[in-house]
Amino acid sequence: MIRLENISKSFNDKLVLNNVSGLFEKGKPNLIIGASGTGKSVLLKCIVGLVKPDNGTVYFDNRDFTNGDDDIKTEIRREIGMLFQGGALFDSKDVEGNVMFPLDIRTHMKRAEKLERVNFCLKRVGLENANKKMPSELSGGMKKRVGIARAIVNNPNYLFCDEPNSGLDPQTSILIDELIQDISEEFNITTIVVTHDMNSVMGIGEKIMFIYKGQNLWEGTNHDITHSGVKELDDFVFANKVMNAMRS
Amino acid sequence: MLVSTFIGAVTTVQTAFNLANSPLIPSYVVAQVVREMMVLELAPTIMALIYAGKVGGSIAGGLGTMRITEQIDALEVMGINSVSYLAMPKIIASALMYPLLVIFAGVCGMFGGYLVGIFTGIVSPTEYVFGLRSEFNPFTITFALIKAFVFGFLISSIASFKGYYTQGGALEVGIASTDAVKNSVIAVLVSDYLLAQLLLGK
Repeated sequence: MIRLENISKSFNDKLVLNNVSGLFEKGKPNLIIGASGTGKSVLLKCIVGLVKPDNGTVYFDNRDFTNGDDDIKTEIRREIGMLFQGGALFDSKDVEGNVMFPLDIRTHMKRAEKLERVNFCLKRVGLENANKKMPSELSGGMKKRVGIARAIVNNPNYLFCDEPNSGLDPQTSILIDELIQDISEEFNITTIVVTHDMNSVMGIGEKIMFIYKGQNLWEGTNHDITHSGVKELDDFVFANKVMNAMRS
Repeated sequence: MLVSTFIGAVTTVQTAFNLANSPLIPSYVVAQVVREMMVLELAPTIMALIYAGKVGGSIAGGLGTMRITEQIDALEVMGINSVSYLAMPKIIASALMYPLLVIFAGVCGMFGGYLVGIFTGIVSPTEYVFGLRSEFNPFTITFALIKAFVFGFLISSIASFKGYYTQGGALEVGIASTDAVKNSVIAVLVSDYLLAQLLLGK
């Protein structure tokens, strides 16, 4: 479980996040949605510690990640896996090297054990025979799946996905969404997904936070997102023609 | 190797040209001049300018690309100190290995001068070798290696800094690379003067 308390962040006097609070539950995908430029990715970066918020606190299972000492931060970081928007695979390493990397730096496992774990994760994301491929040889969807494999290889307690569907075709997007949902449930991980893809919202949005102009404007599920009564959320949801057609 | 060999060859030809009308100056002086110029200035400094363009640009471009493609963020999220992990090995390797490159360049330069001296008849092999060995001050080697260490450190540090703090996209990576080379070259030239004044000046 991850809890946010009054997170605020400004860049050059521009308020990007304004007192955002919320709770993200374990064992299911928690979605942060909103239009481009509303502060979703900054919020995610505040949560994982890439950006320090001006105010507020992030708690990982009641452990203060924002203001805690270095030991607690290191301990929490060991429990984090993250899928970046573009995959963020290391260009100089092949798929196997990328997925093995967290094990290389954090564990004292023998190479055979690490390789077994890597192969398990690659199989889990449907990339059994891609060990020796370089990132430049992979498609966008494959890069995301390798990114997921790298994120889960260390048995994380928290998984973060920054726009996992961006640049992917609808079918691959659904596969990635289902993979994230399955992994969250299978390994009982607290997962946070930042997205503005309505297919994802309707497909795996068991817990949704809607960010509008840096504020947490609405929270709910994919079942009640279409009748929230919040104008800004309706504008966002029904900007999608399919959703609009469904409404009318 | 190619650059330093030709620098040595050209230095030989130009030195001989300047001494051509002086019957009082023996031809082995050409080798002395080549040695002093290669060891004191050409090998460490000219190679540093080339090194800044090739290695400095490469470091800045590599780190800049890692920055904009979120690879550095990925390291940070994993709890790795990305500066220590990415920049430190490059700086240490550069500071330690660039002096070896300078030694190699110096040897190649003197060899280039030797070849040209023989083939053009400027100086005989015996005279050239005698010239290389005569009135040799070992401190020039120490000075060259100190310079090389400092240049290697400066170039890799500046390039790492510029690459690591790249913000934006592909355009900014290019700008970071160019800035890294430009700033490295300036730093090399300024430190070249300062070191000469400090270690050789009176």
